[in-house]
Amino acid sequence: MDLRFGDSKPTDEERAAVDALLGPPTSSWEGADRSDADLRWARGGREARDRRDQLLPALHALNDRVGWISEGALDYVCRRLTVPPAEAYGVATFYAMFSVRPRPATVLHVCTDLACTAGGASELCAAVEARLGPESGVQVERSPCLGLCERAPATLAIRAGESARLGVPPPGEFEDEAVRADSEGPGAAAPGDGTGKGRRGRTTLRATAVCAPATPDTAVRTATAPESAPTEPAPALAVPQTGAPDLTLLKRIGTVDPASLDDYRAHGGYTALRRAFELGPAAVIREVTDAGLVGRGGAAFPTGRKWQATAAQPDHPHYLVCNADESEPGTFKDRVLMEGDPYALVEAMTIAAYATGAHRGHLYLRGEYPRALARLTHAIEQARTRGLLGDDVLGQGYAFDIEIRRGAGAYICGEETALFNSIEGYRGEPRSKPPFPVEKGLFGRPTVENNVETLVNVLPILTMGAEAYAAIGTPTSTGPKLFCVSGTVARPGVYELPFGATLGELLTLAGVRDNLRAVLLGGAAGGFVRPDELDIPLTFEGTREAGTTLGSGVVMAFDDTVPLPRLLLRIAEFFRDESCGQCVPCRVGTVRQEEALHRIADRTGADAAGDITLLREVGRAMRDASICGLGQTAWNAVESAIDRLGAYE
Amino acid sequence: MTAIPLGVPRRLVEFTLDGQEARVPEGSTILDACRAAGKDVPTLCEGDTLTPKNACRVCVVDVEGARTLAPACSRRAEPGMVVRTDTERARHSRKVVLELLASSVDLSTTPSVAQWIKEYEAKPDRFGPDAARVDEEPRVDNDLYVRDYGKCILCYKCVDACGDQWQNSFAISVSGRGFAARISVEHDGPLTDSACVYCGNCIEVCPTGALSFKSEFDMRAAGTWDEERQSETTTVCAYCGVGCNLTLHVQDNEIVKVTSPHDNPVTHGNLCIKGRFGYQHVQNRD
Ligand SMILES: Cc1cc2nc3c(=O)[nH]c(=O)nc-3n(C[C@H](O)[C@H](O)[C@H](O)COP(=O)(O)O)c2cc1C
Ligand code: SF4
Ligand code: SF4
Ligand code: SF4
Ligand code: FES
Ligand code: FES
Repeated sequence: MDLRFGDSKPTDEERAAVDALLGPPTSSWEGADRSDADLRWARGGREARDRRDQLLPALHALNDRVGWISEGALDYVCRRLTVPPAEAYGVATFYAMFSVRPRPATVLHVCTDLACTAGGASELCAAVEARLGPESGVQVERSPCLGLCERAPATLAIRAGESARLGVPPPGEFEDEAVRADSEGPGAAAPGDGTGKGRRGRTTLRATAVCAPATPDTAVRTATAPESAPTEPAPALAVPQTGAPDLTLLKRIGTVDPASLDDYRAHGGYTALRRAFELGPAAVIREVTDAGLVGRGGAAFPTGRKWQATAAQPDHPHYLVCNADESEPGTFKDRVLMEGDPYALVEAMTIAAYATGAHRGHLYLRGEYPRALARLTHAIEQARTRGLLGDDVLGQGYAFDIEIRRGAGAYICGEETALFNSIEGYRGEPRSKPPFPVEKGLFGRPTVENNVETLVNVLPILTMGAEAYAAIGTPTSTGPKLFCVSGTVARPGVYELPFGATLGELLTLAGVRDNLRAVLLGGAAGGFVRPDELDIPLTFEGTREAGTTLGSGVVMAFDDTVPLPRLLLRIAEFFRDESCGQCVPCRVGTVRQEEALHRIADRTGADAAGDITLLREVGRAMRDASICGLGQTAWNAVESAIDRLGAYE
Repeated sequence: MTAIPLGVPRRLVEFTLDGQEARVPEGSTILDACRAAGKDVPTLCEGDTLTPKNACRVCVVDVEGARTLAPACSRRAEPGMVVRTDTERARHSRKVVLELLASSVDLSTTPSVAQWIKEYEAKPDRFGPDAARVDEEPRVDNDLYVRDYGKCILCYKCVDACGDQWQNSFAISVSGRGFAARISVEHDGPLTDSACVYCGNCIEVCPTGALSFKSEFDMRAAGTWDEERQSETTTVCAYCGVGCNLTLHVQDNEIVKVTSPHDNPVTHGNLCIKGRFGYQHVQNRD
């Protein structure tokens, strides 16, 4: 490899941000002062190249500290990691949360996706923009779903600045502490301890604050002073069934202190892991297989089979990846699990790794979840301190540890192979399959990748036994299932029901309003159903039979005040925005579809017929010929709105 | 890739191709099998010297039992596979992909594509006059070659050729995403500020003319480029001892560009800056 770096230099602040992550440079090749050794030294060589996976964290470090990524800063990162600058530029420009142009230190993301649109996001956005003029030093950005749909309309403020590295956040009260400062890796910051000198001589602490539901007032306050933003409601408030006796997956949320390992153990934590060690890896996989657990991330793949296939691979090491990217519009269940019961995920990942022979787990967490990041960082550190992670888990001689990776705003990185590329420091473009991840996944090794909810299901499987678990639900859709209900309902939130309840039963629980016009099932990649189809059973087979999909468990209700064409346009815009751009059917097809929907936005019947034919033809090619699930499903929801709801008739 | 076959003979894979028994060496792609059987499957991002990225999707075929179509250029033949290259479904996807491409970029210098557009009855105009296009000015920032991304189909061939598949210079990559994705150097600057060593191997593999010799670009602009009047002579490069093959393209007794035969087992069509661009002295007639 013959690398050439530019002449632009990083500022002291940029250099400090990168060095805080990577440690100080050791040779003049990567930016240190020249020493005698440098005469005999050839760049970072293989050692530095092996750290390529630090590229995304390094870009985060810069973005967190300075708010954008300058030429000098990017070049410095490239030197440190021996990454070709053109490739690093390609990576930096791939993610929505990064900017390679100067921008204000504070960015306010205002969600304009489906639930928030139904909840008045356009008006909110206009009001916020009017109030925050160009003088405010805040950049307002329209954002795809922030995963806070139960509290629509939602905003997220991110202010770049120095992060005080003061160790873990105070355990404190679990109900209501807002996460106002955090940092990558070990040592999330405590709010208010302004030790660092910030930009322009002022102390500027990095801060992230979620504000939802937002009013123009609270959103502006969050943007201008994230450190004093209104307190974020406790995760339990996203669970309307809190305290109900028959909950399995959600039973601890709102009753356990998510910051306390002891409290988790007092609530039955770590009994599943003990059982796993008693059983041994093969028997754990057998339990999971017998339980009939099927992946909850959207693709509905049998988990036991995936584990078995990975465990059986002769190539080593094996890796475990937990997919906590959760960027599907309308989905927020994984966030609630992680915020409300973080140790459950840590325990479940340990079991999955043990069963499949992995000693490293990567938790790929979407970049827009500051509270989940803080809670999990804390939980992982506590577990490590107490011997529940590390070289000798529970004294069983089994080594396992978890690393959190923060995404940076790209829905496509939830696709399993794109996620590997993202972790490895490449553009988050899906790989073509075969080979499948169980054979060649992360770093080219056998990898098992599971969704957060899928993993958390492993705990009850082990504590209650496969048979009892499989008795819940239907014969082919076993166990409990989480549903993310949002839109025009009285009690939006995460609901847990055994598979087999009907859509109508779920909507009744959530308090469906009169004048229901449509329900979006399975998220933006799912499909719309009519109000007269509420007897669809919520199972994999039942939704399939009804010609729709369960997807990741999204249920969005829209009453007749919500303009359907606008929703469809938003869906098309989402996919056009989120396409990685690798393959033609999706890269250009999503653009052509959005154009056609714009043309027919307020037309019906014969006026729309030509464009509907066009939509269908392009949609069919996208479904058949796209590389990955994004392009293959991008047309589903709009098609279902045309076919089932008679949109544009 | 053409290479001298070495090592133990590979096992044969038997599968069904358009209803006929096909036998190909293990590891062959469906496209290899199609070509061996004399079938014409259109391809754009596939290149004889590179591992295809299977990004263009014009070569898709129907594999029985699969949920989606498969890219013939990359999917390996498996025993017992039942493949159809010419179903209505595959033809439909190819047609739409050709329409999507032709409506978004300038394919006027892409060989074969006009004929496929006709064959598949693709109508790129049907997306209307306002369909978004990649409308970019050609980037002329050096005397050797021109980047005209208004013609780029993002086949990734140039990135692979410049990166780990051949040149190892890593001067170019894809930046941005979705419809805004572009081939670019770091910070999207001029080529002269980049790691480019002007080997021209990216031009060699570019299927659309998005990357072209400055000489060709200028002559096209002047209306004097005429392949009918060009002759090609393959010779050996005189600069160093490696002995790379050069193909001189000569029009009106002037060398107008230099390519290199891809079936050369040593260079596979790659050259360095001298062999590729250093031909002016040959025609210095003072
Ligand atoms: C575009 C796209 C986005 C995806 N996003 C997610 C996601 O955010 N979370 C998730 O768990 N799975 C997501 N998936 C599905 C994953 O690729 C994968 O199937 C899943 O993580 C496997 O876990 P499971 O078997 O436990 O469901 C996505 C798939 C596609 C095609
Ligand atoms: S389908 Fe879309 S997201 Fe998936 S690889 Fe192709 S362009 Fe990328
Ligand atoms: S000329 Fe050579 S070095 Fe320059 S971009 Fe093309 S392949 Fe890379
Ligand atoms: S410039 Fe040419 S080789 Fe490179 S991606 Fe575009 S079309 Fe392909
Ligand atoms: S948070 Fe706005 S739609 Fe989900
Ligand atoms: S030639 Fe096969 S996908 Fe492009």
